Amino acid sequence: MKDKKSGRVLVVTSGKGGVGKTTSTAALGAALAHLGEKVVVIDFDVGLRNLDLVMGAERRVVFDLINVIHGVAKLPQALIRDKRLENLHLLPASQTRDKDALTEDGVAKVIAELRSKFDWIICDSPAGIERGATLAMRYADAAIIVANPEVSSVRDSDRIIGLLDSKTQKAERGECVDKQLLITRYHPWRAARGEMLAIDDVLEILSIPLLGIIPESEEVLRASNMGSPVTLNSPVSPPARAYFEAARRLKGETIPMHVPSESRGIFNKLFGRKAA
Amino acid sequence: MNLFSWFGRGSAPIARERLQILLAHERNERDHPDLLGVLREEILALISRHVSFDPDKVQIKMDRGKSVSTLAVDIEIPNAYGAPGEVSQPRRARAKRMGSAATPTMDQRVA
Repeated sequence: MKDKKSGRVLVVTSGKGGVGKTTSTAALGAALAHLGEKVVVIDFDVGLRNLDLVMGAERRVVFDLINVIHGVAKLPQALIRDKRLENLHLLPASQTRDKDALTEDGVAKVIAELRSKFDWIICDSPAGIERGATLAMRYADAAIIVANPEVSSVRDSDRIIGLLDSKTQKAERGECVDKQLLITRYHPWRAARGEMLAIDDVLEILSIPLLGIIPESEEVLRASNMGSPVTLNSPVSPPARAYFEAARRLKGETIPMHVPSESRGIFNKLFGRKAA
Repeated sequence: MNLFSWFGRGSAPIARERLQILLAHERNERDHPDLLGVLREEILALISRHVSFDPDKVQIKMDRGKSVSTLAVDIEIPNAYGAPGEVSQPRRARAKRMGSAATPTMDQRVA
């Protein structure tokens, strides 16, 4: 690996669990790699790692982030190269139950080393606002806040925005972490019927820019069953298209926002059947 | 169930309004974690410039309501000028309904 790069550190965070942080980390990481970028995704969920499973690399984990921090392994030994995309790498979390295994200095060193080797360093934050979550965001240049259009998720996103503005290294230096909102599990028909918060409602409440809207889809579940990011497993499906557009926006391209729309037939509309 | 939506009765507007009120409150707490403590100190400093009173006989209370909050300040001031022989009745300085001034964001509700 050539040590010439100056990578951008992203944290994928949400506060609330189960909103799609790991799915989004895998999908965006794979999309950026597919677009030619050199990407590493890091699992910060010590004790409950899952990014390896979603990426289909669970049987290839030898060393992990904690091993690197404690000097048990060198960084290149712990990095797992994706079998489908050669410029996509994974740094798994450990399964240790010791909460203090992650240290601030240790994370700083790993991130600094990764910055010199990759274009994008994407940190998959654990849920909550404890140590793991604050360390995942600590050295971020930019944050992707994953939210579902639902009250508890929006509330937790607001808390996380508060933490990004106070507990990150950038914030402490008086700078601002770039924040963008990724809305996942969006049901167009529910929003259309006023049963689910609309995109505009969420944007108005959180007042941060929108990175993308990922529609609810069985393809996301299918991809995680297969151990493949949805952007690789079914690249032309609606969620994968939305992730690809978000990835291109991250790269700085201007792409008009596409709000997923009602795609059900008149029969389903009348009788309220959920589209698959 | 779909009949409700045809008449524009979805629950999303309720979610939106509840969030707006809650987050205005929580952001205020985040930005001023000890608003009550600060208010207490400043109010007492102001009043003690004009009258003397026992700091233990001061009650400051804030009630957070849905659209307005109230700040109640109850200070017991010994009546030094009472007529001889009269049982000294504490005078009470009382200020209420200062809510909108104390927590401005609580009133910023968007319809």
